[in-house]
Amino acid sequence: MSPDSVLTVRHAQKHFGAVHALKDVSLEAYAGEVLALLGDNGAGKSTLVKCISGVHALDAGEILVDGEVVAVRSPAAARRAGIETVYQDLALFDNLTPAQNFFCGREIAFPSWLPRGMRLMNGRLMEREAAAVIDRLKVRLPKFDAPVALMSGGQRQAIAVARATVFARKLVILDEPTAALGLRESRKVLDLIGQLRAEGNAVILITHNMEHVVELADRAVVLRQGRKVGELRPERANQKDLVSMIVGAEA
Amino acid sequence: MGERLKRAAGIADDWPAKGVNPVALGLRLLGAGPMLILVLLVLAISLWTPNFLKPGNLANIAAQTAVIAIVAMGQQLVILTRGIDLSVGSNLALATVMGALVFQAVDSAPLVILAMLASGTLIGLVNGVVYVYGRLPHPFIITLATLSICRGLALALAVNHTTMRGMPDAVTWLGGSQAFGLPNSLFVVVAVALALLVMTRLMVWGRWTYAVGGDPKAAVEMGIPVKGVLVSMYVIAGLCAGIGAVVLAGRTGAGSPLYGTLLELDSIAAVIIGGASFLGGRGHIGHAVVGAVMIGVIRNALNLLGVEVFYQMIAIGVIVVVAVEADVLRNYLEARARVLQALRAQ
Repeated sequence: MSPDSVLTVRHAQKHFGAVHALKDVSLEAYAGEVLALLGDNGAGKSTLVKCISGVHALDAGEILVDGEVVAVRSPAAARRAGIETVYQDLALFDNLTPAQNFFCGREIAFPSWLPRGMRLMNGRLMEREAAAVIDRLKVRLPKFDAPVALMSGGQRQAIAVARATVFARKLVILDEPTAALGLRESRKVLDLIGQLRAEGNAVILITHNMEHVVELADRAVVLRQGRKVGELRPERANQKDLVSMIVGAEA
Repeated sequence: MGERLKRAAGIADDWPAKGVNPVALGLRLLGAGPMLILVLLVLAISLWTPNFLKPGNLANIAAQTAVIAIVAMGQQLVILTRGIDLSVGSNLALATVMGALVFQAVDSAPLVILAMLASGTLIGLVNGVVYVYGRLPHPFIITLATLSICRGLALALAVNHTTMRGMPDAVTWLGGSQAFGLPNSLFVVVAVALALLVMTRLMVWGRWTYAVGGDPKAAVEMGIPVKGVLVSMYVIAGLCAGIGAVVLAGRTGAGSPLYGTLLELDSIAAVIIGGASFLGGRGHIGHAVVGAVMIGVIRNALNLLGVEVFYQMIAIGVIVVVAVEADVLRNYLEARARVLQALRAQ
């Protein structure tokens, strides 16, 4: 294990009934690096990511953050460990504004001696902080005080990614962030991911778009049928190898 | 792309600036709708029957509306989280019977009030716990069951299975007397509304309530205690039924297993007429109050005009349908606004 490894997964195993979804998968993610997690549908990418972000528990194996074993038993525990996840469904609340979405589940509130749910929210501070981040990431929103229900797919995606960037202290996982987006909106999100990396986060990116992988990823890990079948540095020259690794047709 | 489409959709380039396009304007109007309609309604009725605006009549409306308003505020929270509480009426009846039974044993206002509040809250807790931890598909089922159970219990427990006269002086004062020329029950409504406003608007728990109502799955992913939030909504609805019981028992000076019949429908109607949405996470305490007042005003006006009770029921029903259609329209407009927004982003 190298010293700047932010996330280490060791010998991960996961069963869903008779299905062996993860078979002894190990990987590492480093600070300031985008790691592409590739594989066909059902290869185990989403399962692995859900184990890392606390939605599922591993049957065997361990997850280390900054070299220390952590128990990620819930999404909240993963977040406490510094792991932020942008889910495919975005997990945005349509009825809340961008700022409210940003802080949902971790509102800035006082006084601290009260149980968390009973505290009073500092709405203005949350609003200000969210606006600062939106500004820093150069996300353009039509209206900051409108519910996100009124915003486009790309804007919603940008809000979800921006939310992850605010709270990410170590690792950001993005599950197919551009799947539902048009060209221009995809571009925006890719720029955001580049910015995440530049700010020193480790980024794990799940995508089916090889162009994006070649352009953005520093390293790619390929899963097939629950097994890690390869790891390489994606370049235009080896794009074909990458694809054959994913579909299992050894060249 | 988009210029022609934008024009076709009637969208101005500087959307969403105020009032420039029909979609935004429509959404704004729908948001202000219930309050607007209430004001127009009051104006129209007062022109029609001058007696309507007399202080005595207004106090009358306030007193008659108080119970619906209090119970509707609890219902509002449940509907906010995509649920429904059908038991509030029977729950209230059972609470008044509990209060009356305690009063027969001991003439203590605090104990009688406590009994009513505790009874209401306990039923709410049962609703919430069975719904959430019993993994029921919809709260409809358990609250329909407690509707029946509470009414049956109230009838079984009440002496001679009917209305029990007598309440402590403090309770009848609270439900029936006036202060500063206003019915005391109005102050109870204001107190409940303020408490719930603080909870829903200022407290973290309130934000979580909206989050759970807006998207329960996302709420789990964001680490919000979804089960606790859901149970608490039914507990608060039960507590509101208990508070409504105190007010009603106070106004009538009695507890009765026959109270609160169809109150669940009135409370749901109030929430919907007030402009809240059944789709979750949209609406606030004000909606329930406005809706309750609207129901009170319409009933009162129809009474003054000498319209029979059964036509009043029909009128309320028709208004509910109109209100639900307005909600559907609002969702349609929101979807359209989203499409237009996407066009603009291209």
